[in-house]
Amino acid sequence: MNKIWLIIKREYLTRVRKKSFLVTTILIPLLIFGLMTSMIVLSLKSEQKQTIAVLDDSGFFKHKLDTSSESYSFKYVDRMQGESNKQLIERTKSDILLHVFPFNGMDADSILLYKEGGVSLSAKSYIGDELNTQYQIRLLESAGIDKVQIDSINSRSLQMKSYDLENNKETNSEIASSIGYAMGFLIYIIIFIYGAGVMRGVMEEKTNRIAEVIVSSVKPFQLMMGKIIGIGLVGLTQFIMWGVLMLILQLALPLLIPGLGESMHTGMPMSPDVQTAMQSIDENDKMKIYNAIMDQNWGMILSCFLFYFLGGYFLYAAMFAAVGSLVNEDPQEAQQLTIPITMPIIFGFIIMATSVKDPNSSLSIFGSLFPLTSPIVMMARIPYGVPLWQLILSMVFLVLGFVLMTWLSAKIYRTGILLYGKKVSWKEIIKWMRYS
Amino acid sequence: MLELQHLKKYYATQKAVDDISLTIREGSIFGLLGPNGAGKSSLLRMVTGITMPDEGKIMMGGEAFDPVKHSRYIGYMPEERGLYKKMKIGEQTLYLAQLKGLSKIESMQKIKYWFDKLDMNSWWNKKVEDLSKGMSQKLQFVTTVIHDPKLLILDEPFSGLDPVNSEVIKNEIFELAQKGTTILFSTHRMEQVEEICEDIALVHQGKVILNGSVVEIKQQFKENKFRLETDQALNHFDELIIDQKNTTYTFQYKEPENAKQVLGYCLSHDIQILNYQELLPSLNDIFIRKVEGSAARTFSINS
Repeated sequence: MNKIWLIIKREYLTRVRKKSFLVTTILIPLLIFGLMTSMIVLSLKSEQKQTIAVLDDSGFFKHKLDTSSESYSFKYVDRMQGESNKQLIERTKSDILLHVFPFNGMDADSILLYKEGGVSLSAKSYIGDELNTQYQIRLLESAGIDKVQIDSINSRSLQMKSYDLENNKETNSEIASSIGYAMGFLIYIIIFIYGAGVMRGVMEEKTNRIAEVIVSSVKPFQLMMGKIIGIGLVGLTQFIMWGVLMLILQLALPLLIPGLGESMHTGMPMSPDVQTAMQSIDENDKMKIYNAIMDQNWGMILSCFLFYFLGGYFLYAAMFAAVGSLVNEDPQEAQQLTIPITMPIIFGFIIMATSVKDPNSSLSIFGSLFPLTSPIVMMARIPYGVPLWQLILSMVFLVLGFVLMTWLSAKIYRTGILLYGKKVSWKEIIKWMRYS
Repeated sequence: MLELQHLKKYYATQKAVDDISLTIREGSIFGLLGPNGAGKSSLLRMVTGITMPDEGKIMMGGEAFDPVKHSRYIGYMPEERGLYKKMKIGEQTLYLAQLKGLSKIESMQKIKYWFDKLDMNSWWNKKVEDLSKGMSQKLQFVTTVIHDPKLLILDEPFSGLDPVNSEVIKNEIFELAQKGTTILFSTHRMEQVEEICEDIALVHQGKVILNGSVVEIKQQFKENKFRLETDQALNHFDELIIDQKNTTYTFQYKEPENAKQVLGYCLSHDIQILNYQELLPSLNDIFIRKVEGSAARTFSINS
């Protein structure tokens, strides 16, 4: 036990004392923060307004498209003799040309959009919305409903609240999905970064030929576990430091850029859905979202995060260590050998992406129980609330999976690190696993 | 000190160690000889506890070998040398000493002793990657003996060493042996063995084909060849002389009487004897003879 502690200490200290550790620990939060800040600054600044020239041959929308938003405004134009679309846009100083031919309903060719360099998705959807609204109003009017009635209908909408049956609390699926996505993504990144770190460490020891010296003093299993635990602690340290740094930046930011604080007061990484949702709602709703985030069972989420962080990391780190022990000098070999490990991680990520939308589908449940994907998928489900039996089962499976994988990996590892200059076939590897 | 009993280690394609039994006396320098791929490294790895034998037993100091318990008493320098390239030399030596079970204080004392002895004190804050090859091999040796092992196992300790460092390490090996360290080392270079070892075992294709003290083995394989250097020509014993250079003759005696006859002849004819010695075969000759013999045997069995 004492020896494993020495190994952990060495693995930890040599990494933490490196300049690159300090640089990444400080730079990454700054980078993420810089990115978030610049995104917000950009979205706050109104984009350059685009003018849409309307050439209405049908006469259907005559003087109807008079709305203007922050980004778009309409302008009715006529075509001069022999003028091309391009010339028309230039002459009228517009950005987009909307050409409406006489139409009778379903015909897609009767409304055309032109723009230098192509029409953006947001412009198309904005124009489409405006046209459809006017079109529907016209249809309703022709059915005998007058404008006043239409307006009063339009101003009404139904509100919904959703509840979780388990604890009878109001749920907010947008928030839950954002938190789930962020958590799952973090675990995914952790497994990749630190798992690859373990692999590199093992490869280094093998190619430096120090492994054989060390295993004459300690058991290969101790060396492997020491490395895995040491690097895991480095990861944990880095996360804690990131957390602290983010918190500091969070507090400092409103002082640096006045007026920004509000739109970021949640402090949570948000999916685009939530961000756009937040832009279009008033202060009152912002408070609701804020409360919804605060209402989340953070104790539960964070302790699960810690469990799945450690479980997922240990499970995969052992496999990465085994692969590292098989590699000789050739990095390409490493790439080939990691495929069987990276596949389930990516698979887990894909399941996670669907789980944030549908946390109780059978695929999500399977993914959150299967130990190779559960660290990623379960984190996406937890903010929605997961039945206790599933959570316990998933945790038990993860621990069992970790024990099994470490046991198998150790067998590969102890043979692999002493095998120099030889490419190993899968058949041999399987033989090592059987060999006691 | 160390007893190997019917050790076997089989790999998929070959029998690396095929029923080897050896006894290594305490405080002796034991040489394990054999060509590359004979199974020397596989054998040494089992004795260090890095791998387990498929069959057979290792006894250390009278009790069954236990890697966990006995690793403290073993120093092992593998054929493929290696250290952490980016780690500082002082820290690295300390780390390796502590892994052997030494306390930090003990480790520091030992490091000081060895660094003083081999003039390495200025290295403490250097990294291994900054050392020359010869220097790093010296360091490797120090890390192997830092914990005063009772059994020192060296796999090809002289391969890749320059003459100066080779001499340094050789002297250290002698000194350690005098202090009672048992030394087991492998090599494929016979001349070193004659110089250093007391006992040897010749390994070929996973089997011991010869084992004993260097002196005994040479006696066993002697061919009754003698060299005589005189001040004038002999003009006699043509049937016994197998080689002649000026007045230096190589005899191959056919019976013990021959010596008396040759020397008697010189004395009675006033021929001055400048030099007279028995020519013992070198281990290299013996080895080649044995290996060729066994190869021939294997061949005859197969055919």
